[in-house]
Amino acid sequence: MNFLTNLDFWFTTLRCTTPVLFATMAALIASRSGMLNLGLEGAMTIAALCGVLGSGFTGSLLAGALCGLLAGTAFTMLLAYFVQHLKANRVVSGVALNLAASGGSVFCLYSITGDKNASNSLASAAFPAFEIPVLKEIPGIGDIISGHNCLTYVAFIVTILIFIVLNKTAFGIHIRAVGESEEAARSVGINVEKTRYQAMLLSGLLASLGGMYLSMGYINRFTAGMVAGRGYIALATNAMAAGNALMGMVSSILYGFGSGISIYLQNNNVDPYLITMIPYVSIIVFYVLFSFYYKVKQQGEDSLS
Amino acid sequence: MNKKKRFDWYGVIRVTASILISLVIAAIIIFAVADDPATALHKFLLGPFSTKRNFFNVIETMIPLVFCGLAINVMHKSGLFSMVADSSFYFAGVVAASLAIACPMPNIAHQLVILAAATAVGGVIGVIPVLIKKKTGANELVISLMMNYIFFNFGYWLIRNCFLDASNGSFSINFAPTASLGKLLKGTNTHFGLFIMAAAVIFMWILMDKSKFGRALQITGANENFARYAGIRIGGVVLGSQLIGGMLAGLGGGVEMIGMYKKFQWITAQTYVWDGILINLLAGTKPLMIPVSAFFISYIRIGALVMSRGGDVDSEIVSIIQGIMIMLIASERFLYRLKKNKEEKEALQNQAAEAVEA
Repeated sequence: MNFLTNLDFWFTTLRCTTPVLFATMAALIASRSGMLNLGLEGAMTIAALCGVLGSGFTGSLLAGALCGLLAGTAFTMLLAYFVQHLKANRVVSGVALNLAASGGSVFCLYSITGDKNASNSLASAAFPAFEIPVLKEIPGIGDIISGHNCLTYVAFIVTILIFIVLNKTAFGIHIRAVGESEEAARSVGINVEKTRYQAMLLSGLLASLGGMYLSMGYINRFTAGMVAGRGYIALATNAMAAGNALMGMVSSILYGFGSGISIYLQNNNVDPYLITMIPYVSIIVFYVLFSFYYKVKQQGEDSLS
Repeated sequence: MNKKKRFDWYGVIRVTASILISLVIAAIIIFAVADDPATALHKFLLGPFSTKRNFFNVIETMIPLVFCGLAINVMHKSGLFSMVADSSFYFAGVVAASLAIACPMPNIAHQLVILAAATAVGGVIGVIPVLIKKKTGANELVISLMMNYIFFNFGYWLIRNCFLDASNGSFSINFAPTASLGKLLKGTNTHFGLFIMAAAVIFMWILMDKSKFGRALQITGANENFARYAGIRIGGVVLGSQLIGGMLAGLGGGVEMIGMYKKFQWITAQTYVWDGILINLLAGTKPLMIPVSAFFISYIRIGALVMSRGGDVDSEIVSIIQGIMIMLIASERFLYRLKKNKEEKEALQNQAAEAVEA
């Protein structure tokens, strides 16, 4: 159990938390507006691929980042259009788009680079890592917090921003109103469709950032299946967050913790397939415990009223 | 009043339109990507008929697709969107392979035991998300998706740990020769599982369309409150649907494992259950139509494989086609104007008829 005191382990935990934190925030803002964004997995995959393609062909990180953001957001808005305007079943369409994205990304990868598994032939860019000047001197905490990829810091800042936006700004209150009661929001003049599209736009941007972190963060290539269900894990962490962005941060860190343990065990000769299970098992356990807690709390409140 | 039962033209038109639109989009993609688009398209559309082996590949791939389509059909009719059939299918395959290797038995008995075990394991796995949902309120979709990853990794680890073929490194050692479902036709891999599949289709047709359980399930899925007030035991019906769905997926996994393979080869997750969603939608959620839509999906899969052997168009184009089809069929507003116009015309006709009678 000595890995708990190992600073590298906690650094790795924060590193693994980042993509899931982005995805959780994406799920959070969509679900607060009443739209269950099940297309997170597909959006992350598409953004990861297009970021790599964009920066690989133009040689510029900014172009790649813009490509990735555009692709993931367009994907999410497509889902939003189908659910809102064409009245598609949101679960079925989300799952369908995810399937199309995972197959379609392999298809695009093969058509463009001739390789079905990874974009090794493309020299794609990566987001830089930063050291924080004063904090890194602090022993212990400094090693854990400083030196991360810039997107990691962005993820945590975005979490706090979302918490503030949802609770303190008019835009945030509109989103929450639309999510809680569509008719009530419409009756005070809030444009429900427009607000939901805006929420999905933000959701798409955040999911794209999460996807791009995977292929342009520590590793600068796209691998088939690299998202590995994080878009779906975000649904669990979002459910655990119960609408609160800070709780979303906590549940994402729980995932990062499980992921960190699995990475640590990889160095200790345990079979890789057994290790891969660990984050998923930990998420199910936490999710079930949290759900049970919320259910009991709800029953307690119901019995009082 | 006109009591003649009308054929559901609207549903058929929507499905056909979705298929046509997605195939047109696929053709556009092929033209954009392929060096020789005409040949590629020809291989895609007619590839399965080009050789006897290719055509029977379609039949062989159809078998697990039908089982998974039936499983999704019954599981989603309850209104719950659980994807745990994926775990049931894969892990039942693992169990079947384990029994095929480790427990040699006389012919016929061996296959029966393997298939029974696969079915049972699939059923048990199938009810887990719904039980968790009942006790804790957790969402069954999320639970089932996490379970899929867990059962895939755990199942494959079991095979690697206990039955690994050291010379190969990824597959298992060979099954006992009795663990097989025979060959129906020389030169193909088609096996007796085809008859088991047919039996399953007929059983599900009777269960879903003709029995009390099927009717109760349909009502529960459509409107849970109505079902409750009508006195239907919702808990039992939903649990039953998940159990039967899991058993179907498990049986499918077992049949596929001992019918098509001589050793365990599933080193990646199998996608039959995800195709099952589309198969179910294309069949209009009718069990009797599932073999037809499964044949169609199998056909385009094999067509894409034949096309991809030519080199420039990857077989994953099928995922894009399937995604588009599902999106269009799942959109209620797709071709909605057709239905609205027809209903308005009928309403006006009925009004005119009643005015004449009065």
